[in-house]
Amino acid sequence: MNINLTLIGQMIAFAVFVLFTMKYVWPAITRALEERAAKIADGLEAADRAMRDLELAQQRAAEHLKEAKQQAAALIDQANRRAGQIVEEAKEQARLEGERLVAAARAEIEREVNRAREELRNQVAELVYLGAEKILESSVDRAANQALVERLASRL
Amino acid sequence: MAGATQTTTEYIQHHLTNLVFGKLPAGYQRHLPDGSVEVLERDTWTLAHDAAEVADMGFWAIHVDSLAWSVGLGVFFLWLFRRVAKRATTGVPGLLQNAVEWLVEFVDGTVKDSFHGRNPLVAPMALTIFVWVFLMNLMDLVPVDLVPWLLSLAGVHYQKIVPTTDVNITMGMAVTVFILMIYYSVKVKGFGFVKELTLHPFNHWVFIPVNLFMEVVALLARPFSLGLRLFGNMYAGEMIFILIAALYSAGFLFAVFGGFLQLAWAIFHILVITLQAFIFMVLTVVYLSMAHEDH
Repeated sequence: MNINLTLIGQMIAFAVFVLFTMKYVWPAITRALEERAAKIADGLEAADRAMRDLELAQQRAAEHLKEAKQQAAALIDQANRRAGQIVEEAKEQARLEGERLVAAARAEIEREVNRAREELRNQVAELVYLGAEKILESSVDRAANQALVERLASRL
Repeated sequence: MAGATQTTTEYIQHHLTNLVFGKLPAGYQRHLPDGSVEVLERDTWTLAHDAAEVADMGFWAIHVDSLAWSVGLGVFFLWLFRRVAKRATTGVPGLLQNAVEWLVEFVDGTVKDSFHGRNPLVAPMALTIFVWVFLMNLMDLVPVDLVPWLLSLAGVHYQKIVPTTDVNITMGMAVTVFILMIYYSVKVKGFGFVKELTLHPFNHWVFIPVNLFMEVVALLARPFSLGLRLFGNMYAGEMIFILIAALYSAGFLFAVFGGFLQLAWAIFHILVITLQAFIFMVLTVVYLSMAHEDH
């Protein structure tokens, strides 16, 4: 173990190696480490933000769904009411129409009856005249008996 | 490998000898392997043939193996981490990037815990120390004979592959840390650094010499303890590996026993090399933190 020039050589080598590490090795590696740390921090933050966004979106979706359900319920309700109304209206119309038809039929019957009665009356007057003529064996002055026959016929 | 021509002592010594390239002075007598003597005419830079030549080279010598393994592992570390740094993605990281990022965050956390100043040098230096020292220590787990044997086939006779078992390597780093400590002490505290050395712990002018002595000893103890702790741990660990390897040539039973010992020691050593690399890093950060703190 003798001290000699090797010591100086090792000192120089040591100094050179340290300087090289300081200039070309250490900064590059620590920079990469710091950048990665920053990237990971950003990533985590983004993930947090995304999580919050997702929560918000879910909340909003739930609200929309509720609203839609309410609207649908309201629509169905309205439709039901309207349907009932329409049925009621139809019923009313049908009743009115029926009544109208019944009234018309009644008026027709009335008219028919009146006409038949008129005809009957005429025929009765005719029959009376004919019968009277047969009985009297002569013609009857119709104008002179007009009032009498009329009175008879109107009692029918 | 303890061959027939090698005693256990020689085997161990061989393993503890570095491959040294250094200066032999003019007039030096070299004992060549064939027994003849060569006298050098002038100063010569050459590979040492034996321990005696290493000793005679003195300060002007380089442990080629230590420095080559140390620089090689350092370059491997920088190449690997630079590759990851260039391709670093902020997306999902790959396996390698993940490992590197884990290391960087671990070192960054340790530095943030112990270092309270603002200095862009400290964390990269801590990372360099931790990974580099760990890699150098890791060479301890390579079987002690493997690389020296392979290289001996290529004609290289001495090879120590664990740089941290070389006190030059550990002290080289410790001294660099020490220089940084002094530099930042002066830069941050200015004159306060002198006051810290002279008026602490006894705040009276009479005690200035005592204070100075105590504080300087305490200051100098730091780089020495830093470098020698790592060296001592790794040297001792390597020594045990060598002793266990020496058992392999002492008969079948010893070899089997040595196998179990080696396994146990290697598993234990995984802990030691990591811990020593970590301690070196943490103490460096703590010492630099103290240099930045103004009292």
